[in-house]
Amino acid sequence: MSDARNPCDPSVGPPLAGGPQLIGETAGRQAAALQESAGLRPSNDSPLNDSRCDEFLLLNRLPARAAHRTLRAWWDAQTWDFRTESGWDYERLAEGLAAFLSANEAVAGVPLLRSLEVRRGRDKDGQPEKFDLFFKPGDVVCLVGPTGAGKSRLLADIECLAQGDTPTGRTVLLDGCAPDPDSRFTGEGKIVAQITQNMNFVMDLAVAEFLRMHAESRALAAPEAAMQRVLEAAIRMAGEPFGPETPLTQLSGGQSRALMIADAAFLSPKPVVLIDEIENAGVDRTRALEFFVDQGKIVLLSTHDPLLALSGARRLVIRNGAVQMVIEPSPQEEANRLHLAALDRRLAGLRERIRLGGRLDEPWETLLGVGTNAIEQQPLSPGTSRANLGSQ
Amino acid sequence: MKLVTVAGPPSSGKTAVILKALAHLQREGRRVGVVKFDCLSSHDADLFRTADIPVITGLSGNFCPDHYFITNIEDCAAWGRRLDLDLLVSESAGLCNRCAPHIRGHLAVCVLDHLAGVHTPRKIGPMLKTADVVLVTKGDIVSQAEREVFAFRVRQVNARARLLFVNGITGQGSWELSRLFDGAPDDAPLTGGRLRFSVPAAVCSYCLGETEIGEDHQHGTVRKIQIEEASRV
Repeated sequence: MSDARNPCDPSVGPPLAGGPQLIGETAGRQAAALQESAGLRPSNDSPLNDSRCDEFLLLNRLPARAAHRTLRAWWDAQTWDFRTESGWDYERLAEGLAAFLSANEAVAGVPLLRSLEVRRGRDKDGQPEKFDLFFKPGDVVCLVGPTGAGKSRLLADIECLAQGDTPTGRTVLLDGCAPDPDSRFTGEGKIVAQITQNMNFVMDLAVAEFLRMHAESRALAAPEAAMQRVLEAAIRMAGEPFGPETPLTQLSGGQSRALMIADAAFLSPKPVVLIDEIENAGVDRTRALEFFVDQGKIVLLSTHDPLLALSGARRLVIRNGAVQMVIEPSPQEEANRLHLAALDRRLAGLRERIRLGGRLDEPWETLLGVGTNAIEQQPLSPGTSRANLGSQ
Repeated sequence: MKLVTVAGPPSSGKTAVILKALAHLQREGRRVGVVKFDCLSSHDADLFRTADIPVITGLSGNFCPDHYFITNIEDCAAWGRRLDLDLLVSESAGLCNRCAPHIRGHLAVCVLDHLAGVHTPRKIGPMLKTADVVLVTKGDIVSQAEREVFAFRVRQVNARARLLFVNGITGQGSWELSRLFDGAPDDAPLTGGRLRFSVPAAVCSYCLGETEIGEDHQHGTVRKIQIEEASRV
């Protein structure tokens, strides 16, 4: 039934009214397949023989397993009181165990994205948009335009994989095809990670503990190594150093932004990253972009920061709800970008001096290097050349 | 008429999310209504009325909220049918996490919010475990990483539900939710149907209004905590 659906038809709801338990057809099939693959169909007996199973019992505050090799044997060994009063019955327990074990497999299957297309829609007056957009892994594209111009709407269209059913009428294609309609209706099916100025860490955990938790949820082969990589990248980006034992909630604005960026680059499975204004955060922005490019992410950056805007392979000028212009940096802009980058490093140096209790009492020319050849005084590392920041 | 049960901890954003999703359906000409089950007081009826949504408020007062829900839901559904509604949403706050208002054959939605912390999915009982759709709200103010961990933790207790991130303020995700509401089963039987999870077995003197403390006042089904004595050295 779901196969016959036209994914571009907004009037078609997702397949929901399936069986009596109301599992969406595809989701149900997936769950069943997962349970089968794990050998864990709830109706039959379930093996209870590894540390993941022990973890399940522990998390649910259930008695530990002794010599039992199956869930049924474990259940039968419990006292009558426990079996009647614990709030569990065997079926529910088997289902819970299957859910717990399959959570890992569900996150493991993250699809690779080779291209993202946004087919033109219409502006706020209903006039057709001028451009179709095409993004590939490693692209950094900036969105510019005043507040209310429609930047958020474009990001939202990508986020919800619009199929001509949003106010803009845009259509999003993944690898040239309309996305599986089902994937629009699950959080895991979404392809987009978001970083905005409003986001905070709210968990009461140390940095390392939290990263371990995130790595664990990704079922990575080497969670410790992944964790280490995020931590190192975040510290390199942040102005001030912090350690693995620092509580998340004590990170400064710049530090937590740096950690969010490093985490989105290295630990998040999402192939597309939407970033809303990271300029004020005290983060090495050029380096942040490099991390995303190196990881093959598609980055959409809503920004008015000149350095970031010139760092992108393109910038989309948004006006009246539509993309009005696509600008590629000119050779002059490219040259100016290098000057801006040098200026940015100078400013970072001044910030560092202030932080250490220093004074800025030199003559203006020596202080900022304005008028002297800033670029030659501070040679560019090869990593900051635009070639690494993706091109058409 | 479709009947959808929406449950979630207090202040998780149930009302805001329902309002946003129903607005999409109203624009498409669907007739929608809401029953709000609460314990002591509720002012949400005004919000629904402002949005032109007919609403009933049911306050359970002295009664167990879930018993109150299940003994009244049929009458509420009959009211909805008299109004010729296409969709009736039953909204109730899960208070002790022991029960769930979800009914077999009817779309069941659980609302959680990110600020409650990553351990929440493991503390919420059948309200989450038996749901078809899990909505997670307030994602705009927590990090992407926390959202992903939260989703994973939800998956660990409910492998088959659809998991959606919804924002009750901006409406992000509410369009997707309105599609799920619209795809809910139509005219599923209520009378003779079953709850997905039983309500508590206990009926004790305190259920019936007793307030005095002490063994002499404990009648009915009573369960005692088991305390292991610390061994003295």
